[in-house]
Order: sequence, then C-alpha cells, then structure tokens
Amino acid sequence: MSRIAARFAALRAQRRGALIPFLEAWDPDRATSMEILRGMPDAGADLIEIGMPFTDPMADGPIIQAAAKRALAAGATVAGTLGMVREFREHDSETPIVLMGYLNPVLSHGVERFCADAAASGVDGLIIVDLPTEEADLLLPHARAHAIDFIRLIAPTTDDARLPKVLSGSSGFIYYVSITGITGTRTASATELAAAIPRIRAVSDLPVAIGFGVRTPEQAAEAVRAGDGAVVASALIDTLSAGIDAQGRAAPDTARRVLDQVRALAQGVRTARATGVAA
Amino acid sequence: MDTTTTLPNSLRSGPDTRGKFGDYGGRFVAETLMPLILAVERAYDDARADPAFRTELDAYMTNYVGRPTPLWFAERLTRKLGGAKVYFKRDELNHTGSHKANNCMGQILIARRMGKTRIIAETGAGQHGVATATMCALFGLPCTIYMGATDVERQKPNVFRMKLLGAEIVPVTSGAGTLKDAMNEALRDWVANVDNTFYLIGTVAGPHPYPMMVRDFQSVIGEEAKVQMHAAEGRLPDIAIACIGGGSNAMGLFHPFLDDVSVRLIGVEAAGRGIDTHEHAASLARGRPGVLHGNRTYLLQDADGQIEEAHSISAGLDYPGIGPEHAWLHDIGRVEYVSATDDEALAAFQLCTSTEGIIPALEPAHAIAHVAKIAPGMDADKIILMNLCGRGDKDIFTVAEHLGFSL
Repeated sequence: MSRIAARFAALRAQRRGALIPFLEAWDPDRATSMEILRGMPDAGADLIEIGMPFTDPMADGPIIQAAAKRALAAGATVAGTLGMVREFREHDSETPIVLMGYLNPVLSHGVERFCADAAASGVDGLIIVDLPTEEADLLLPHARAHAIDFIRLIAPTTDDARLPKVLSGSSGFIYYVSITGITGTRTASATELAAAIPRIRAVSDLPVAIGFGVRTPEQAAEAVRAGDGAVVASALIDTLSAGIDAQGRAAPDTARRVLDQVRALAQGVRTARATGVAA
Repeated sequence: MDTTTTLPNSLRSGPDTRGKFGDYGGRFVAETLMPLILAVERAYDDARADPAFRTELDAYMTNYVGRPTPLWFAERLTRKLGGAKVYFKRDELNHTGSHKANNCMGQILIARRMGKTRIIAETGAGQHGVATATMCALFGLPCTIYMGATDVERQKPNVFRMKLLGAEIVPVTSGAGTLKDAMNEALRDWVANVDNTFYLIGTVAGPHPYPMMVRDFQSVIGEEAKVQMHAAEGRLPDIAIACIGGGSNAMGLFHPFLDDVSVRLIGVEAAGRGIDTHEHAASLARGRPGVLHGNRTYLLQDADGQIEEAHSISAGLDYPGIGPEHAWLHDIGRVEYVSATDDEALAAFQLCTSTEGIIPALEPAHAIAHVAKIAPGMDADKIILMNLCGRGDKDIFTVAEHLGFSL
C-alpha cells in the first residue's frame, strides 16, 4: 500500500479527515521552508503538499505567484525541491509528500528522470496543474512505473460525463478544486461542497481532498465534513509573507508562526466531526 | 492554375484530433478550463460546417474590415534594393490598422454563437487589443484587455484607443509586464469567469483549437495574395516572408502556400539586441521545446525549465514562445526562420517610410529588414511577397525616442 493510501486508511479508522498544508519550496529561502516542512507533521499535518516554483503559475492567485517569485529568487530548482524531500525523509518515513507544480520544469528535467528522482527522494504523489487527462499519457506510465500516485484535479466545470475520463489512471486521492477561479480568492460554500462531492463519490472510491479557498480552521472543518481532506495554501503563505522583510528575509519566528497556524487548522479538522455528523 | 508540384501528403491538413502539429500544440490547461476549451472546439467545428457562418463572416470582412487588402508592388524600394521585385500584402490597410482584425472578427462571431456575453483578451503592442475592443464596440459586448504594464507605457496611443472604444484595460505588473504576463492574467480571468466569458486569443498559440482557429481566420491573407499575385505576375512568388512573434500574420500568409514547394517561406523573429545576447525574442533560434500557455512549442527557458523574458523593440514580438505550427514547420524544414535586430528593424522602418510612403509597424519592419538583406542578391525576375501586417502610427513615439527626437 502506498504511503498516501496507508495514511487515508489510518485516518478513516480514526473517523477523521486529513489536513494537507501547503508550502512553496524555498520560500523565502531553503532554511526557512525546510524548517516549516520538518515541523508540519508535529503541528498536525496528515499529508504535505509542496509547491514546485514556476515563473508562470497560471492557476495561482497573487499570493502563490509571489511565493514562487521569492522561491526562484532564492535559487529554487527542481533538484533543490527534491533535495528538500530527501532531507525530510531522513527523519520522517510516514508522512506522505505530494508535489504540486506545472509541467514545463518537469519536462525540462525529463519526465522519466523526474519520476525516478522524485520516487528516490521519497515523493509519494504528483499534481501537475496544466496536464489535463487529454495529455496525461505523457506522464502517467512513468509515474506508475515508479509507484508515484498521480493525483487528478476535478473542478466544478468537470461534468458527470467527463468525470470518469478524468479519473482514469488516478490514484492516491482526488483533489477537488472547489471554485472556478485561481488559488486564494473565493471560498466555496458548504452547500456547494455538499452538492459537488457526492458526484465524485458516485464514480470513485478514492479519498477526496478539497482545496482552493480553504483558509480558516472553520473552513477546513467544513471541507473534511464534506470530503476527506482539506488543503490549505494561500492562508499559510499569507502568514509567511507577513513575517518577511523588504529584502525578502525571514524573521526568526516566521516558521513558528506558520506552524502555529497549521496547529490551529489541525484542531479544526480534528474536531470537525465530533458533533456527531459522523463519517 | 498552379503548375507547381504539390506534395502528395498535404502540409495543410494539421492539426490532428488532439490538436498536435507533429509533437507540438496540444491542450495543456488546468481541468477547470478543459471543458471550456472543448466547448470552443465544438463551436468552431459547428461554425466551419455552417455555410451561414461563412456568409456572415465574409460580409463583415468585406464591408467592415475592408477586405480584400491590396497587393502593392513596392517599385521604389525594389529599385533601391536593386534585385528581386518586392510586393507588399497591405494588411496594414485593414480596419484598426493590422491583420489582427481578421482573427478578431472571426472569433467574436464564434463567441456570439456560443452565447458568451463578455470578451477578454491579452495584448502586447496593443494591435490585438484595439482590434478586440473594436469588435466588442461593434457588437456591444463588454471587454477587458490585459496588457503588460511595460507595454501600457510604451504603447500609449493604443491604450487610449482601446479606452475610447470602451474597453477596460488591466495593466499587468507580474513578471516583466509584457505579453507573456498579460496572457497569464487573461487565463486567470477566464478560469474565474468560465460561464459568461470568451477568451479571444490574438495569435496562433494557446491550447487547441486556438492555433488552428486563428490560423484559419488569418489564412485569408495568403489566399488573397495568391490570387492577386497570379493577376499581377501570372505566377507564384519565389519567396513569401513575414515577421513572427506568436506568428499569426506569418501563419496566415504561409498556410495557403505550404504545399507550393517552389515558394520559399521565411519567418523573421525579433533578435532584439542580438540573438547571442540575453535580450531577444528568437524562440526558434535560441529556445527549446517546452509547455507554456496551453501548448507545447519552442520557448525561451533556462536549464531548469523556468521561462525567460523576451526582449524586442517591438512590443508585438516580445514573447518567449511561438505558435506550435511554426515549431513543427521549423523542425520539418518547410519554413526557414531567421531574425532581425532592433537596429535593423529601425533602419527598415525608415527605409520603407521614405521610399514607399508607408509607415510600417515595428513588427513588419523586421520582415522588411530581412527583405533588404536578401533582395539585392536575387535576380530582377524573382519575386518576394512580404506581409506588411500593421501600420506604424502606434510606434512613432518609440521610434522618435530611439532616433533622438522629443515629441
């Protein structure tokens, strides 16, 4: 069983959803992002999503765009991002790590080599934003060969006829993009989520994580009541960016502040179903 | 009519059903947009199969855009260069002053067929923005134009024209604030407004079906030129030449000639301060294949796959990629791709203005620069057909500054 499947199975046994916090690799520098990454499991992260910086993140809002820009200025590379995962794995062999990014840096690294290097570094899953199912044969066989879960995005615009096609070949979990829009802007309502998730459940047994617009512990709780996991990105990067100075340097407590926020989000996720709405 | 050999397998049949020209093109967009891209493809397929659409488009092209545009024998320029006969396809005489109107008229009719009520577009030099804003004014549709903040600054006349036409201009400050960044921002808008909005892409790039659809709407340039050249000279040109940023005016000129093997096709990229500097926009000469803005094509990028900034004196050529069909035509060797520097384009701009009384845009000035390089070495009975795709009124401030005049 993959680390991702094992983690979701364990959470199901505990009858709770997953908190999946996001960090942009090397934002604002390697040491700070490494400190955040290392601290996340203790702060309550069940899985961790790491953003691979790209110059042209077309699906991202201003907050993650700025994070990518800082990361690239700090020297982020594909190899550097994989190096962070390798270092993380020296102390943690259980928390699943998912990389999220855009296709071009992966192509530039070589798709096959990228999957091999990612697997060797301890990466468990991949989300490639600009690789729709129509083009997925480019990557899917290589991900499969290296036992990396290929996590698909489902959007509100994905209709029922298209759903099974998009999900073919997907594994690990399903990432539901809860709004039509870019990251860090609008938040989906509980009603919207309640209507959307059963559509996915009808065609797949994979866990469903909800992202885009999940910012507060309450919204994270909302997400795990509707689905199986909550991805929080822009809200954490907001906290991080508030702690860096005009020269882009992190303050001594930047990582601690981000991790405190992860802790609060974890609290929200862990108490979400305590009211008896139940899994 | 033609006596030239036609290749057994036409080069004009692409793309395939996945939107690929060889290895290039495709549909690399986020899932949120994918159903929309497919809807645009269906709408375009329906329109193509509908004779009423062709009739409607033709009527607008004749009576509003002003087609056909003339074919002009540039006699004084020919004499000055002292070699091959040079003809201009006068697409700068289109309504709005460039070839962009051909595509905007076609796409806005598609948007109307789809029932979309809002139009967005990206623009570099502002020519596509102006053409889009013009069609939106004509059809009474609200319009938002994304334009890099750097380009807003260097293309003030076009910014003002767009505002007069009723468009909302959004200056984009991310990246270097040029065409690439404007396209990112337009895609972000589209993803957030999928229900009512049509993205009117200005060049032969982006996800399928855009490279094909824009090419089809621009092919009127080459189709007319072929007929006009036959009337003027009784034969095909020896060379057809056009400048290339994303490559829509070049694709429009080249496509009807792709199977005419006697016609040499030459695309001129912007070499900026020189293709051996880091300040140019020559994606084919100095880039390598990658994926950006929905398609696989040649891109200016670093060793780690990060996209590099392009540079050109011409805002319309200032893009680190190129349309996927050009990438394919480059690889199979059907089209030759060369480049011209900022300085060469400036000199050509002045040459054309003073010998022909036509102020060209800085974009086709790159093509004129290459004509000036090759025409003198050719026999007097040879014919060069060049697409003069835009007029230069918008560029007089930039040119004045480079020539040391203060307006």
